[in-house]
Amino acid sequence: MATLQSLDIRRRSASTEAPPQVRQSPIEVAKLIDVSKCIGCKACQAACLEWNDLKQEIGTFEGSYNNPTDLTPASWTVMRFTEYEHGDDLEWLIRKDGCMHCDDPGCLKACPAPGAIVQYTNGIVDFVQENCIGCGYCVKGCPFNIPRISQVDRKAYKCTLCSDRVSVGQAPACAKSCPTQAIYFGSKDDMIVHAEHRIADLKSRGFKNAGLYNPPGVGGTHVMYVLHHADNPSLYAGLPNDPRISPLVGLWKGVMKPISLAVIAFAGAFGFLHYITKGPNEVSEADERKGDELAGGNKV
Amino acid sequence: MSESKNAVSRYTTGARINHWITAVSLILLALSGMALFHPSLYFLTNLFGGGQATRAVHPWIGVVLFVSFLGLFFRFFTLNLWNRDDTVWMKNLGAVINDREEGLPELGKYNAGQKLVFWGQSILILLLFCSGLVLWDVYFAAFSSIDQKRLAAVVHALCAIGAILIWIVHVYAAIWVKGTIRAMTRGTVTRGWSWKHHRKWFRQEVGKH
Repeated sequence: MATLQSLDIRRRSASTEAPPQVRQSPIEVAKLIDVSKCIGCKACQAACLEWNDLKQEIGTFEGSYNNPTDLTPASWTVMRFTEYEHGDDLEWLIRKDGCMHCDDPGCLKACPAPGAIVQYTNGIVDFVQENCIGCGYCVKGCPFNIPRISQVDRKAYKCTLCSDRVSVGQAPACAKSCPTQAIYFGSKDDMIVHAEHRIADLKSRGFKNAGLYNPPGVGGTHVMYVLHHADNPSLYAGLPNDPRISPLVGLWKGVMKPISLAVIAFAGAFGFLHYITKGPNEVSEADERKGDELAGGNKV
Repeated sequence: MSESKNAVSRYTTGARINHWITAVSLILLALSGMALFHPSLYFLTNLFGGGQATRAVHPWIGVVLFVSFLGLFFRFFTLNLWNRDDTVWMKNLGAVINDREEGLPELGKYNAGQKLVFWGQSILILLLFCSGLVLWDVYFAAFSSIDQKRLAAVVHALCAIGAILIWIVHVYAAIWVKGTIRAMTRGTVTRGWSWKHHRKWFRQEVGKH
């Protein structure tokens, strides 16, 4: 297991230096959340708060089991409850929401602060708060609406996939605490194999559209779901059907950057060349005489 | 202001102060904005006390610029309305940049290039201000969707590049056309400068006395 020191950084926000490559690539990890096994007990939420020393302020009842109603700087994971009615059937869909640890992370692409977001070689995307400047660009980059900016310290927070636990060979706190083993943790390859067994089981029980959520639009994710209705992920409290980094963010953080600097440099160079080839535009003595004539004796 | 007898008054003290507040804020905005726009310019955040401070101060400088520019706008917009001579002037831009303006129409206080700078900056600064509010998470995060914020980020960056390009034209023109900068530092230009570059305006000024 990787130790998650600088040797293990695959990508670093707002940095152009090549990452270290001498160490053998470690195994990519993944968390597999089997939605069909989740009972909505929120043990994962509690474990997340406890392990990470977070305290979510007590909220108010909003007529739903969703509590808190959204991710916050202190709640890095939240169970989202959806009542899905079709025909006479009612399904209670419960999805544990949180950072998906994209292989191509939009937050990292958007971040302007060097080293405020890193992606480790094992696939975990981590916020390094000491480098965070609180601009909120990660919020714009993320296709899943995950990062939250603290009103207290203006820094961005989200699930770390318990990178501190993973670095010493432990599973994330949520996975450890889940009483029904709806949350698995291991190598990404193993998780995909395990998901296949679960999907086959679900299909045999009538969920013909059961499948794995590992969206290719973001290069796959290091948090994956087993869904009974993989044909329509948005049933699960708006899980994006085909998440990808917004083309606007792609433009803003892609071609616009070098082209803009080039155009500005060109404008400066054009001015300089114009000056050294054409020389300054000066007022001649003849102009001054004509000006004096026009003004006559008047002081203007 | 006590000036040599052949000085022509071009900008009042108020207009000059107004201009330089705008100029300083625009430069600070460009530096702090570029710092957050391109990673290779992130070092510019050091000028503002680090990344957090740059992020925090940039929008406030933007407010100063916007208010200050409004002052310039209302001072000068009537003088910047487009007329037929401006179209002729633009058609002969090649002659202008080669310093052969003799055959062109006499100009009022501003030539077509200056007017384009004026209107260009007016539109871009309005767009920058509006998109900037959408991006100002500290106070306005709750008032727009993430998609709107993404659009605002692109609009803000594009407009900023446009404004920087116009600023380069503006500054270069002032450097190239000798005798111009004193209009904004001392408030006056020479009679010869007025004759050469803004003769119609010069005639009007003479007429007033």
